[in-house]
Amino acid sequence: MAGQSAVAALRARGGGRPGRTARLFEFVLEPYYYLGPALILIALVMVLPLVVGLSYAFRDIRILAPVSGGFVGFDHFETLLFRDRVFWRSLGNTLWWTGGSLVFQFLLGLGLALLLNRQFGGRRLVQAVVFLPWAVPTFLSGLTFAWLFNPVIGPLPHWLAALGILSEPYNILGNPSIALWGPIVANVWFGIPFFAITLLAALQAIPRELYEAAAIDGANAWQRFTKVTLPFLAPMIAITVLLRTIWISNFADLVVVMTGGGPANATQILPSYIFTTAYRKLDFGYASAIATALLVLLFLYALILIRMRRALPSTT
Amino acid sequence: MSPQARLLAKDLALALGHRLAIALYMLFALFPLFWLIKISVTPDRLLFTEGIRLWPSEMTWANFSFVLLRSDFPAFFTNSVIVSLGTAIAVTLVAAAAGYAFSRFRFPGKYAVVFLLLLTQMFPLVMLIAPIYRLMAPLGLTDNLTGLIVVYTAFNVPFATFLMQSFFDGIPTDLEEAAMIDGCTRLSALRRVIFPLTLPGMAATLGFVFTAAWSELLFALMLINSEETMTFAVGLLTFVSKFSVDWGQMMAAGVLALIPACLFFAFIQRYLVQGLTAGALKG
Repeated sequence: MAGQSAVAALRARGGGRPGRTARLFEFVLEPYYYLGPALILIALVMVLPLVVGLSYAFRDIRILAPVSGGFVGFDHFETLLFRDRVFWRSLGNTLWWTGGSLVFQFLLGLGLALLLNRQFGGRRLVQAVVFLPWAVPTFLSGLTFAWLFNPVIGPLPHWLAALGILSEPYNILGNPSIALWGPIVANVWFGIPFFAITLLAALQAIPRELYEAAAIDGANAWQRFTKVTLPFLAPMIAITVLLRTIWISNFADLVVVMTGGGPANATQILPSYIFTTAYRKLDFGYASAIATALLVLLFLYALILIRMRRALPSTT
Repeated sequence: MSPQARLLAKDLALALGHRLAIALYMLFALFPLFWLIKISVTPDRLLFTEGIRLWPSEMTWANFSFVLLRSDFPAFFTNSVIVSLGTAIAVTLVAAAAGYAFSRFRFPGKYAVVFLLLLTQMFPLVMLIAPIYRLMAPLGLTDNLTGLIVVYTAFNVPFATFLMQSFFDGIPTDLEEAAMIDGCTRLSALRRVIFPLTLPGMAATLGFVFTAAWSELLFALMLINSEETMTFAVGLLTFVSKFSVDWGQMMAAGVLALIPACLFFAFIQRYLVQGLTAGALKG
């Protein structure tokens, strides 16, 4: 940035060649030429549909209905809050889905990052292999796990039964009380590499001397972990976990592929409920109302986070 | 045992535990993919008798020859390649320009624009499915690949912009300033000095976006109806819901879906950390 103004100063001294308009161009308009395509795309494909979608929440828009498009006020929201059991069930499931996925992704990801944060033979190869799940297309991860849970061709039900976790080898995706764990397991498999990579990057930024000093002072491995590693990782952990919470609670693919929200909405989470309402029932108005509710919830979550961050003494 | 021997034994145990834990992780990461491949080479008649065995007593390529020669999957594959490559190229160009603006300029409205881009990474894209469908239908952009490319491009630009910005930030500004003092315009300085240096960054962005577009399912399901325009994800899911007992064929198709992702993954390995940290901090 400093270099930039130096160039400007140089140019300005050079006989005042670039006039006011030229300077206006350079400092105000020029960056927008580079940003233009990106901003136009985002405005047309994300912001405009967002606004239009919010308006759908107050209208009756069903693609197959002969008469639709009318304004219905808060009717959708009234149905949603007072008459729609599936909505409340999806909300509860979303909390389980997000919490369950996040806890295991984080703990296993942290473990993996710690394991990879030391020199050993074949480390590059190991790193490539353990990060592979992240590159597998999510629809394929979903299908693969759905197959693994199928007792006809998959080993998991048989193993779980052998361990005594299941009474007999059946498909857990068909059992309403535990079906949600199917997509959660797939999500953990898919999400560990993400945490491992971000935390590994943070681990490698911790100065070696700190560990040496701690070792000289007689700290054991556990003390080095809790007194040096964790405090250094804390900001990265906080930001990754918080942003990942939002990302996971919006992530519908695995549920849609593995269970379609079933059996009897037992695995329906809010984003998959939005998708099914739009895609299967073609009820765009109601889908947009659920979406608006999800947006409001995420907004509240973000607001609470910002409040909490202000209340806490700054750590960074 | 002498103290030295005890210390050595402890180190050895620690190294062994480390290796063991790593091996377990690798097993966990690879097992589902191994199983996918295993079922795809198992003859149908053996599935029910020895479905749970780690490797079938006989192998077959019949599932692959069916998928490659007598199904629509090669067409789905081509469609997905067109969409993913088109998206990746479009995003890389658009994001390179935007990332350059973020990296090199301080300008009025910059923070508002950064904030807007961050926000697009936070809100549920699934809520755009209905309005995008309804807005695009009259324009003739549903049920064709161009429509998908437009949508995917917009979705991937924010993340790719931050990624490209991080690559530009790594190139000293002195380079283009020197060129500009020597009489280059900014654009020619960009073309001659900066562009060659960002090629690796652009290649990484290309890889990331290709992988993301290849994986996308929900918008493709909503926007694509006819068989001729189906992407691989939609084709595979349709096949699964139609022929849900042709296990071997489904999994052979699954293995095909894995190939481009693995190729690009091998290719972008070096940039994973940069890409994921850009993704973590900025969406």
